[in-house]
Amino acid sequence: MFVLLCFQSGPASLTTEDLSTNANGPKQASLFDDDPDDLFAEATEEVSLDSPDRDVLLSDGPSPAITPMTPPTSVITPRIGHAHDDMFTHSSFDEFCCVLWLNVVFLVPGDGMNAYMAYKVTTKTSMSLFKLREFSVRRRFSDFLGLHSKLASKYLHIGYIVPPAPEKSIVGMTKVKVGKEDQSSNEFVEKRRSALERYLMRTVKHPILLKDPDVLQFLESSELPRAVSTQALSSAGLLRMVNKAADAVNKMTIKMNESDAWFEEKQQHFENLDVQLRKLHASVESLVLHRKELSMNMASFAKSAAMLGNSEDHTALSRALSQLAEVEEKIDQLQQDQANADFYFLSELLGDYVRLITAVKGVFDQRMKTWQKWQDSQMMLQKKREAEAKLQFNNKPDKLQQAKDEIKELEMKVQQGERDFEQISKTIRKEVGRFEKERVKDFKSTVIQYLETLLQTQQQMIKYWEAFLPEAKAIS
Amino acid sequence: NLLCPGARCGANLCRLMSIRSVSVDLNNDASLLIDIPDALCERDKVKFTVHTKTTLSSFQKPEFSVPRQHEDFIWLHDTLVETEDYAGLIIPPAPPKPDFEGPREKMHKLGEGEATMTKEEYTKMKQELEAEYLAVFKKTVQVHEIFLQRLSSHPILNKDRNFQIFLEYDQDLSVRRKNAKEMFGGFFKNMVKSADEVLISGVKEVDDFFEQEKTFLLDYYSKIKDSTAKAEKMTRSHKNIADDYIRISSLMYQQKITRILIYTHIVVTMSFVSLQKVEGRVASDQELKLTELLRYYMRDIQAAKDLLYRRARALADYENSNKALDKARLKSKDIPQAEEHQQQCLQKFDKLSESGKKELTSFKGRRVVAFRKNLIEMAELEIKHAKVRSSIQLYYICFIMCTNELQYAWGICKILCEQI
Repeated sequence: MFVLLCFQSGPASLTTEDLSTNANGPKQASLFDDDPDDLFAEATEEVSLDSPDRDVLLSDGPSPAITPMTPPTSVITPRIGHAHDDMFTHSSFDEFCCVLWLNVVFLVPGDGMNAYMAYKVTTKTSMSLFKLREFSVRRRFSDFLGLHSKLASKYLHIGYIVPPAPEKSIVGMTKVKVGKEDQSSNEFVEKRRSALERYLMRTVKHPILLKDPDVLQFLESSELPRAVSTQALSSAGLLRMVNKAADAVNKMTIKMNESDAWFEEKQQHFENLDVQLRKLHASVESLVLHRKELSMNMASFAKSAAMLGNSEDHTALSRALSQLAEVEEKIDQLQQDQANADFYFLSELLGDYVRLITAVKGVFDQRMKTWQKWQDSQMMLQKKREAEAKLQFNNKPDKLQQAKDEIKELEMKVQQGERDFEQISKTIRKEVGRFEKERVKDFKSTVIQYLETLLQTQQQMIKYWEAFLPEAKAIS
Repeated sequence: NLLCPGARCGANLCRLMSIRSVSVDLNNDASLLIDIPDALCERDKVKFTVHTKTTLSSFQKPEFSVPRQHEDFIWLHDTLVETEDYAGLIIPPAPPKPDFEGPREKMHKLGEGEATMTKEEYTKMKQELEAEYLAVFKKTVQVHEIFLQRLSSHPILNKDRNFQIFLEYDQDLSVRRKNAKEMFGGFFKNMVKSADEVLISGVKEVDDFFEQEKTFLLDYYSKIKDSTAKAEKMTRSHKNIADDYIRISSLMYQQKITRILIYTHIVVTMSFVSLQKVEGRVASDQELKLTELLRYYMRDIQAAKDLLYRRARALADYENSNKALDKARLKSKDIPQAEEHQQQCLQKFDKLSESGKKELTSFKGRRVVAFRKNLIEMAELEIKHAKVRSSIQLYYICFIMCTNELQYAWGICKILCEQI
């Protein structure tokens, strides 16, 4: 059926041969569909709708996404880059091979609030788009925001899902600027670095966006004009907020006659997904918090147990209690690492997708706007035609010519409106398909990495308790 | 009814009882065997069924059962403490009052928040709370049972008349309890609590053994009290995490999200997370072992300290009687009474010291044995569960990588769920 691999140490020895035997196994539906509310009866159908994509999905099956077990300390952030190493091997279906990562972060000094954090962006690629195979540039946070706003203004209105940039955090950044060298500001910097890395990777994974000159410039050129309109509380920022609000109001008043069932279904789908993901995200954030609490409580218990061990006058029991304290302290450290993993793998992933879904919904809104524009120009045309008929009736030849010219213009506008609408619909269909596919890959690789951390935690726990056991048995 | 299941847990209880949370030297002497096979929870009151099997002729029947309430246990404990003859013994600590406040409050909150959560989530949380309730119930029954078994295994205490009444008297004990309260009025307890540390540390100790014990017990008590509190905090954190997992897994179980996400990996994550829920509860059970061990010995050490207190008081009485004798000799008045009184005090003090020494030595042995057993069991459980969890995680990882076939996903998840 499927290979049950039973070994105690890490799965680093899993080879693609072991796995490929069952990746495309025949559908043995009879064995497992005894479940009355089989949630996935529909699921297989839905996957098969995008039949070319399904083949791609299957061939991705034995993905070498399992990276060799990395020690707990470095497993903090998901390397989306690693997960897409398979891009290099699967280049047959896509000429797209570009991997990048962000590291080496340093604070560029300046007076007070003028100081900023610089990130080093390193790109490694085999594409001819770029001048070099491997290169690095220095960027600051506002550069990323600037990139996003440029891409959004260019591509959103024609239906491309532009990945959203990480959010500003004035409080977090201020602490870092003020030079507070503590745990929370380190965590903040790491969180931001990781978020920026994921943002950039998502952007370059988009085949159209990658080729955009702004993106190329961002990745390659050593100097970048300072993005001005992204400053917090700037007038441009206020203007954008106002525009967003106006958009929201408009959306409520557009009543579109949806003729395409696909769009109606997908919109509902994304609405639901939005709600569910937000709830899930909130729960995972709560989990992270509680795990951090657990770690704190374990640490304080360990100290207390150590003191109890010192106080104990029976020698062997005293030693055992001290050992217990040590084990609890080590496990506390494990729990802390686990909390980080919970956070970076699950919580941040969900947060990213909540924002991405908002971008997807934005794209659907753009389609509605496009439709509205088309309808508006159609209505205008109608009006003008009526006006023309009236003019003809009243026999006003000079105004008639003007009207006819206007009509011709409007007809072209209507045609363009229709073309735009069809184009955006087509683009969105492709984009949504691509989005869903990416989402699978993303969740899959992140879940695997998360499970690996959990597995590692468990195995460490086994080691610690097995070391403790003889101490407990030695009490007499 | 959200507030109290009103469950009679006969069968469940017997099964759960096989995993004792704290091990104490239970009665191996077949002449007097006591257990609590059944308990009923009605509103705030728990009614225990105390079952006795005996070969002793002092009892009217060889086997019998009586219903008892928590207050009856407290009455028994208090009368033993206030019996002069037992001043030199460590009286087993009274079982704590059944405390369902925690799960009850949570149930209340759950009821209030019912509108905001899905049916699935609500059901799961309710189940979890019911399990918690049951755990508290089980714990309180054990603690009451252990109290009685400590008494039955003590060569002197098991012959106590009131103990026999407690076991045998088939009427309501509340009348007797009321009389006792009127007699003592809880006065002794208050006295002990406030004067405790001062008197014990203030008295000049003549005996090396007791000097050492005093120092040790006072220090150990404060340390173990602290450890108990910290262990309880750990357990609470574990419970919070388990609750989070329930919420996460129920969100993922929802039809909509699984249909929408429809990806094997998410299904697997979902089932995995629900396993984690079980892990959470299991982890907290293990910690309960540690917490319960510490809590039990904290109370036991308090009982040992009470013994030291009584002895210190007897010593103080003796010293006072010496002073009174000297005074009487000076004044040449009431000398024989003073001499008599001094002799009584000395005898009482010597008796307490002798019996106290025996009690404290056996107490140490008991403590070491119990700690050993519980620490070993806890470590073994941790290892077993970590092994199960890690092999399941391994399965999941292989599984995610192996297949995109969704119908396998559900089946495998079910199989793995059964493993726990």
